[in-house]
This record gives sequence, C-alpha cells and structure tokens, in this order.
Amino acid sequence: MNDPMVHTAPKTAGVFAGRLFIYGLLILMVFYFLLPFIVMVLTSLKTMADIRTGNLISWPREFTLDAWKTAWGSACIAVECNGIKVYFWNSVKIVVPAVTISTLIGAANGYVFSKWKFWGSEVLFSLLLLGCFIPFQAILLPMAQTLGKLGLSQSLAGLILVHIIYGLAFTTLFFRNYYVTIPDELVKAARIDGAGFFRIFWKILLPVSTPIFVVCVIWQMTQIWNDFLFGVVFSAGGNQPITVALNNLVNTSTGTKAYNVDMAAAIIAATPTLLVYIVAGKYFVRGLTAGSVKG
Amino acid sequence: MTSITHTTSVPKRSLFDHIENLLPKIVLAPTLVAGLVFVYGFILWTAVLSFTKSRLLPKYEFVGLYQYLKLFTNDRWWVASKNLLIFGSLFVVICILLGLLLAILLDQRIRIEGAIRTIYLYPMALSFIVTGTAWKWILNPSLGFERLIRQLGFENFSFDWLVNSDMSIYTVVIAGVWQSSGFVMALFLAGLRGIDDTIIKAAQVDGASLPRIYWRIIIPSLRPVFFSAVIILSHIAIKSFDLVMVLTRGGPGYSSDLPATFMYAFAFTRSRLAFGAASAMVMFGAVMAVIIPYLYSELRVKRNE
Repeated sequence: MNDPMVHTAPKTAGVFAGRLFIYGLLILMVFYFLLPFIVMVLTSLKTMADIRTGNLISWPREFTLDAWKTAWGSACIAVECNGIKVYFWNSVKIVVPAVTISTLIGAANGYVFSKWKFWGSEVLFSLLLLGCFIPFQAILLPMAQTLGKLGLSQSLAGLILVHIIYGLAFTTLFFRNYYVTIPDELVKAARIDGAGFFRIFWKILLPVSTPIFVVCVIWQMTQIWNDFLFGVVFSAGGNQPITVALNNLVNTSTGTKAYNVDMAAAIIAATPTLLVYIVAGKYFVRGLTAGSVKG
Repeated sequence: MTSITHTTSVPKRSLFDHIENLLPKIVLAPTLVAGLVFVYGFILWTAVLSFTKSRLLPKYEFVGLYQYLKLFTNDRWWVASKNLLIFGSLFVVICILLGLLLAILLDQRIRIEGAIRTIYLYPMALSFIVTGTAWKWILNPSLGFERLIRQLGFENFSFDWLVNSDMSIYTVVIAGVWQSSGFVMALFLAGLRGIDDTIIKAAQVDGASLPRIYWRIIIPSLRPVFFSAVIILSHIAIKSFDLVMVLTRGGPGYSSDLPATFMYAFAFTRSRLAFGAASAMVMFGAVMAVIIPYLYSELRVKRNE
C-alpha cells in the first residue's frame, strides 16, 4: 500500500488529467445516486400548483410542509383517510418482536451449529441454508391456509410469525459463521472446568457477540421493514405494514394525484432504515456481504 | 467435526447429564421443525396443489399436469417469462458493469472514498416500494423527466416508457439498476481489496500500464466475485415483485408482468389457486437451478480450505 517504489512516477499533466477524469466520473455518479432522493425531497416540499408549473429539479417557489402533514395524518389509503401513521406504527409493531425473536433464536442455533456439532448437523445446516433462497411464492398459498386455520389470517400476529419463521435461516447463518471464528479451545477449556451448555454461551460467546448482534438486528430490521410480499398477501385493511400502504397510496386511482404527498409518504417510509444505514452503515454492509457472499 | 463431546470425563451418567447432552438438539429442534414444515413441507404442499384443480379454495381432486399445460399455453405467462429474460439479463449485466466500474474508480486512493461509498450504497437500505415510488414520479410521462427536458428547450422530447407497453419493462430495469448497482460495487471493492498487491507491483515495475494491469491481472482474478454477483443478482431478478407492483402494476395491460406478479395475480386476486401454484413451482425450479450449483461450489470450497 505505502510502498514508495510504486509512486515515484512523475506527476505529469497526463496523470493530473487522469485523476481529474476519475474524480469527475465519481462525482457524476454521486449525482446519479442522489438525484432521485433530491427530487423526492423537493417535490414533497412543493404545492401541487408549483409541481404542475415547475419541473423535477426546480426549486420550490414556497416551501410548505402541508404534503408531509397530509401524508402522515390525513391522506386517503383505500377507504380510510388517516394518513400513513397507522401503517407506520403497524410496521414498528411487526419489526420489534419479529427482529428480537428471530435474532435470539438465530444466536442459539448458530451456537449449536458451530460449537456443539453432532452427527448430521452440517447436513441440517445446509438444508436450513436453502431456506434463505427459496422464492417465497412457493410457500405463500400453504401459509395463507395455515394462518387461516390458526385464526391468524390478516393479523399482525400472523405477519410477525411469518417474518420470524422465514428470518431464521438468515439469523442462524449469521451467528453460525461468526461463532465458527471463535476458537474451540475456549469452549473445551470451559467444559473441562465443568461449565454447561448455557453457561458457556453466557460467559464465553455472548460477551464477544455484540458486532454480530448488531449486524443481524440491522439486517432483519431492514428486511422486515422493507418487506412487501408478505405484507400484501397476509394482511388487510388497518393491519397492513407501511410498504403496502405506500403502494396503495401511490397506485390509487381515485381523486387527483397528489405527487407531493406520495413523495412525503415515501420518505417517511424510508426514514427508519435510512437512519439505521447512516448511523451503522458499516454493519449494514457487513450483513449484506455476509448474507450473500458467504451464503 | 470437532470432538468437544468426547472430552468430558463424567464418572457416572445421571439424568441431568443426559438432558445436558441433549440440550443442543433441544435448542435446535424448534427451528428444524419449522424448517421442515414451513419450508420443505409447504413447498411440497404447493406442488400438490399444482396438480389439483383448486380455484378459490383448495380441492384435492387431482388432474395431473393439467395446470402446467395451461400455464405453458398461456400467453400472459410467456410475456412474464420473456420479461424476466429481458429484465434479468439487462439487470445483471448493467449492475455488474456499473458496479465493477465504480469499484475500480473508488480503488484509486480516492480522498473521500468513505463518503462516496456511503452514497452509492444507500439505495440498498430503501424498500423497493420507496425506490419504485421515486422512479414512478421521475418517469411520469407528463410531469417528470419529459417535462424537465422540454423545459430545457427540447420541445418535442417524449419519454413515455411507463405507459408504453413495448417499453414498460425497461423502466423496471432503470429502477432496479439504480437500487442494486451500489451493492455490486461493494462486492467488487471487497474483492479488489483482497487481491495480493505483490503481483500488481511487479507488473507496475515491469512498466505495464494501469488499464493493462486491470484487464490482464486484476479483473480475471475477480472471477469468484463475478460468479457470486451473477448468482445473487439473478436470484433477485427471479424473485422481483415489489418494484413491478409499484412502478407499473404489471401494466399497461400485462406488458410488464414478471413471474412473481403473475403468480400473485392468479393465486390471490383471480382465485385460481392451482394455476398460481403451478407458476410458483416453475419459479421455484428456476431459483433452485441457479442456487444449488452455487451452494454446492461454496460448500465444496469451504471443505477444501
């Protein structure tokens, strides 16, 4: 990296132009990625009259938060005109228990799959891994039937259950791959000292697990908050998560389209995951790559 | 396989020890049962449904491959499959090219690399529904991009892909690429950082130009990353549902349908359960055809290590 040998090339005009080109291209791409978000924010702060006369990136003639207020509290979604706040809280009520439970179970599973291997456990792990990849279309119909039989169809509890079940493969994968890197000798030594299954987990693995808990919680939170398929299939009416409500708002065909309200609602829907990304981006990226490359 | 289980020296086996030995399996049991029932069992159940003639409710009267024959003679299914081919190949190729380009550019000792990387990757934190909402507005045929270009002086500029049945599937590509190329960049950047410097330095000392070093040495050594990226992106493409639902709802007509939206339409809004199940099984087969070789190679590599 810091080998001076490589960098003894003279700083000619050609090198300078090359650097300029690279930076230019990088900045151009920054705009490409940021522009949709800038457009969303600008549009959400305009009045509809302003939107009809201006363009995507024109500066608002007057800034107004009306669209935000409408989106949050009074926009019409299906037959209800209470904005997206109800659905926002639905998503919170789904995410908190589903993330907590799936993460805890995943931690315990990962502990067994890495430190208490038994005959056939590797095969079981591989079979469980396949659960990360199945197209959920292949389980939707039986799940709808089952939730109906359990009296959970179109309820928040049903949706939480579904998210826990289909999150387990990923959470187990995260913890298993993390615990594999912790030396077995530590566990062996503790066993010789007479520590049992739970004590070893509690005293040896849990204290060093913070990073993987953060990765796993962020991954699960993002997945579940952003889920649309389960939400649209297994919930209805006032029990829908925010993604479904946003889709209904954007694709409603009644009345005049209020693009500013659509944009404000979309930003509200994006805020929690975006905040997590900004605060803990490092862990978010680690989850992305751990969940895919190490698959 | 570790041998932890054999290192204990318990003099006599009590009931307590027995339970202690079973604990790992007890802890794992709920997940394994859930996996067996809700993943494998349900896939089997869907397969069974696809051999019946269930419509609104499951009815277990078997009709063999009837639904599959119906599916493969259904025009809408072929549109959905063709769209998946168009969307999938463009999505995979563009994401990889863009991701690789961005990773290489970012790997040139860029001063504000961290900030730029954060911006390239933030769309991955968004829901496809949010991304779709944003692009639906940008691509709006009268007030969006078209208006912007017209106001810049190109009065006759027209951009109506969102409502043009020949072009609607390409709007899904535009939004999908925007969402996922940053992620591919992250994969390639991790790959680039993992390359052993010494070969590159040797080539530099020999006077090889930077583009030549990339073309001849660096890019070929990223082959495993290409492989992973293709698999992950194809997998995302086959499962794509949200983006189409919010952007075009599969329309105009069913011109931008994908298998996932096709399955949803027939199984849940048109009440043709068995037919929907058949399409789900075909999707399942497609995903497995992509994933199983991948998992196999991943696991084999690990075993060889």
